[in-house]
Amino acid sequence: MDFSTSTAAAQPPGAKVRRSAAGGRGTRLGPWPVVALCTLIAAFSLLPLGYVVAATANTGWDTIIALVFRPRVGELLFNTLALVLITVPLCLVLGIGGAWLAERTSLAGHKAWSVLLAAPLAIPAFVNSYAWVSAIPSLGGILGGVLISVLSYFPLVYIPVAAVLSRLDPALEQSAASLGLGPWKVFFRVVLPQLRLAAAGGALLVALHLLAEYGAFAMIAFDTFTTAIYDQFRSTFNGSAANMLAGVLVLFCLLLLLAESKTRGRARYARVGGGVQSNPQRLALGAFQLPAQLGLIALSALALGVPLWHVGRWIIAGGAAIWERQDLLDALLQTLGYGLAGAAATTVLAFPLAYLAVRHPGPAAKVLEAVNYISSSMPGIVVALALVTITVHNVPAIYQTSVVLVAAYALLFMPRALVNLRAGLAQAPRELDEAAQALGKPPFIAFLRVTLRLSAPAAAGGAALVFLGIVNELTATLLLAPNGTRTLATQFWALSSEIDYMGAAPYALLMIVLSAPMTYLLFVQSKKAAGQ
Amino acid sequence: MKTLSMKNKFGRTALAALAGASVLALAACGGSTTPAASSAAAGGAGDAITVYNAQHDTLTQAWVDAFTKETGIKVTVRQGDDLELSNQIIAEGDKSPADVFLTENSPAMTQVENANLFADISATVKDQVPAQYRPSTDKWTGIAARSTVFAYDKTKLTEDKLPKSIMDLASPEWKGRWAASPSGADFQAIVSAMLELKGEAATADWLKGMKENFKAYKGNSTAMKAVNAGEVEGAVIYHYYYFGDQAKTGENSKNIGMHYFKNQDPGAFVSVSGGGVLASSKHQDSAAKFLEFVTGKAGQTILQTGTSFEYPVGSDVAANDKLVPLAELQAPTVDSAKLNSAKVTELMTQAGLL
Repeated sequence: MDFSTSTAAAQPPGAKVRRSAAGGRGTRLGPWPVVALCTLIAAFSLLPLGYVVAATANTGWDTIIALVFRPRVGELLFNTLALVLITVPLCLVLGIGGAWLAERTSLAGHKAWSVLLAAPLAIPAFVNSYAWVSAIPSLGGILGGVLISVLSYFPLVYIPVAAVLSRLDPALEQSAASLGLGPWKVFFRVVLPQLRLAAAGGALLVALHLLAEYGAFAMIAFDTFTTAIYDQFRSTFNGSAANMLAGVLVLFCLLLLLAESKTRGRARYARVGGGVQSNPQRLALGAFQLPAQLGLIALSALALGVPLWHVGRWIIAGGAAIWERQDLLDALLQTLGYGLAGAAATTVLAFPLAYLAVRHPGPAAKVLEAVNYISSSMPGIVVALALVTITVHNVPAIYQTSVVLVAAYALLFMPRALVNLRAGLAQAPRELDEAAQALGKPPFIAFLRVTLRLSAPAAAGGAALVFLGIVNELTATLLLAPNGTRTLATQFWALSSEIDYMGAAPYALLMIVLSAPMTYLLFVQSKKAAGQ
Repeated sequence: MKTLSMKNKFGRTALAALAGASVLALAACGGSTTPAASSAAAGGAGDAITVYNAQHDTLTQAWVDAFTKETGIKVTVRQGDDLELSNQIIAEGDKSPADVFLTENSPAMTQVENANLFADISATVKDQVPAQYRPSTDKWTGIAARSTVFAYDKTKLTEDKLPKSIMDLASPEWKGRWAASPSGADFQAIVSAMLELKGEAATADWLKGMKENFKAYKGNSTAMKAVNAGEVEGAVIYHYYYFGDQAKTGENSKNIGMHYFKNQDPGAFVSVSGGGVLASSKHQDSAAKFLEFVTGKAGQTILQTGTSFEYPVGSDVAANDKLVPLAELQAPTVDSAKLNSAKVTELMTQAGLL
C-alpha cells in the first residue's frame, strides 16, 4: 500500500483528475457487452462444477458422510496439503531468486541463465517423473512428489517474475537508495512488493497444477485427491465416491483463490509520468558470484540434466526400432493441431475476463474470474467426465469430436492465459488508451493500437503456456479425444504404463522438442515486453 | 467530453463484437482439427469399425494391423481401462460409437452384458473358444488369459518363505512386505475372484488386513519395479509383466522370482480377457469378423509369438514356451459371469484402498 501512494504522488496532477473522471463513467460492473460475454464464458466454465454438484445432490446424506469422513480422505488431505504447503514456497524462492539473479545482478552468463531457468517448463512433469524413477526406482511419497513438482513447476513463478523484474521502473529503487536504503532493503521493501502480482499469480498456477496433476504422481505412487479421483473413476466411472472427493478438492481451490486474491491488492504499477524509464541497474554479486553459479548449475542439473539424460539413455538403448512406430508422426501432428487450436481458443476466451478484471475491478469481475479459476482447478478427469456425460446425453452432435476436447483445454488452461493477460493489461494503463483517443483516434483503433498491442506480448506468453499445457495434458485427452486420436502424451503414457520405457522415449523427446520453442518464445516475449 | 464517452461506447461495442467473432473463430478452429474423426467419416467404408480397447495397446494394435491386412477392414481404436470403458459404453447406450469391446479382465464384460448391450457371439467364435473361457450366456468370449502371481525379490525371499496362499498376505507377519496396484482392473479382478470363492466376510477381512500390510503402487509394472528395486519383498500382479520386461532390457525384473500359488487358491486365479460385439453396432458383420479373427488361429498366434506374453485361449494355439502352461497352474474354477465388480469397489472403498 505504501507503494501505491508513492505511485500516485509521482503522477502529474492531470492524470489523477482524468482517472476520477473515468471512474465516474459507465456502470460499476463494466461495459455490458463485455460483462455479458464474460458471463457466458463463466457459465460454460461452470459445467464441470455443476456436474459435480448435481452428482452430489443426487447422493444421499448417509452416503456423503460415509464417503467423505473416512480415514482414506484424511490420508489424501494430508498428502495434498503437505504437497502444496512445501512445494509452493520452494517454487517461490527458486522462481523469485532465479529471476532476481538473472535480471538484476552481475551474474556471469545471465543471458544464458535466464533461458535455462525457464527451460524446465519444456519438460512435462510426467516425463520428469519417468526420468527420475529411471534414476531412482524407489522414488516416492511426499518427498518424491515435492521433488518432481518443484523441478517441474518453479518456472511458472520464474517467468512472470522475471518479466516484471526486467521492466520495473528503476526510478523507484533509485529514490529508495538515495533516501538511504541498502540494496537488500531496496529489494525487500521496493522490488519485492512490485513482484507481488506476478509471484502470487505464479504461485496460484503452481498450486493448481499440484491439485490437478495425475501422471507425475501416479508414476511415483504418490496419492493426492486427483489420483484418488482418477482411481475411483477408473473403477466406477460416475461413482459417488469420486464426486465427493472432487467436492473436497473444489473446497481446496476456493481456499487457494481466497489466499491469492488477498495478496493481489489494489496497487497500480504503471508509469504514467513524463520521461522514459531507464534500464535497471545490476547489482554486483562480488563474492556471491561463485555460490550463485553453483546453485544455478545444481538446479539445472536436477531440473534439466536428469530428465534429458534418462530420455537420452532410453533412446540410445532403444536404437532405431523405437522410431519405426507408424503412429509417431500421427501423434506429433495431432498434438501440434490440438496445441495450436487450444491455445488460440483459450487466449481469446480469457481476454474479456482479463480486460474486465483489470479495467473494471468490481464485484462482477471478481466473481467471474473466481468462477473461472474454480472450474479450471478441477482436475482434467472431472472436466472430461462432465463433458462426456453432458455431450453423450444432451449434445450427441458434438460427442467425441475435437470441439469438446478443445473446449476442455480452454476450461483447464484458462488461468495460464488469464494470469499473463491480466499482468499485461495492468501494464497497459487505460490513460494511454484515452490519450490516443484525445489525440483523435477512434476508440476501437485506440484500443487496437494501444491496449491490444501493449498486451500482445502477455497474450502470446499466455498462449505459449496454454500450448505447453495441452502438449502435456493426459487425462482429459484420454477421455475426450475423438476415437483413434493419439497424442504424444497419451502414447507416452500408454507405453510407460507398460514399463516400455524405451518405446516411450521418442514420445518424451518429441514432447520436449515441441515444448522447447514455446518456452523460448515465452522468454523472448517477456524480454520484448521490457523494451516497450 | 461528451464525444469522448460516445466514442468510448462505440469502442466497447466493437470490443464485444471482436470477442464474439473470436469465439466463432474458435468454434471453426476447433472444427478444423478433426483429423481422425473426419478421415474416419470420409473413409466411411460401410465396414470400418471402432474398437473400445482396454487390452494392452501394443497387443491390440498387432491384432488390428494383421486384421486390416487380411480383410481390408479399417479399425479405429479407442484406448482406456476396463471399467472406464465399460461404464462409458453404458453411458453412451444405444448411441455408442463402439462396435467391439476388448478388455483385460472379465468383470467389465459382465457389466456391459448386464446392461444388455452385447449382441450374441457368432458360431465361429463358439467353435474356436472352449466353453471354459466363455460365459454360458454367449454374449461375449474370452480372447486371452493371464495368471495371478506373487512376484518376489529373489535376493530377499527363498521358496520356503513364500506365502502358501494369497490369503496369508493379510496376516500380521506380512506387514509392510508386499505391494499391489489396488486401483487397477487387474487387481480388482483378483479380488472379485476371491469374493466369489471365499465370500463377502472373508474378503472384507482380507482387504482390511491388506490395508494394514501392503504398499500401494499405480500399475502392476510399477509394483514389480518396486520389488525389483528392493523397496518391498513381493507383489501380487499378473504373470506377463515379468516376461515382457525380460524380453526387453530386463532392467526392471532382474531380481524377480515368480511364485504361482496353484492349489485352486484364489491367488491362482486365471483372469479371462474378454471381447464382445455391441448390439448397437451398425457394422455387425465386420465386428463379428474382427472377433473371429482375434480368437482364430492368426489372432491367437500373435499371443504366442508377440510381446504380450498373455495366454492364448482359442483355436488350440499353445502358449509362448517361456510360460508355465495354463494347465499346470491349478487355477480355481470361477464363473466369469458371476464376478461382481461393483461389490468389489464398494468393499475396497470401505477398506480405504480406493
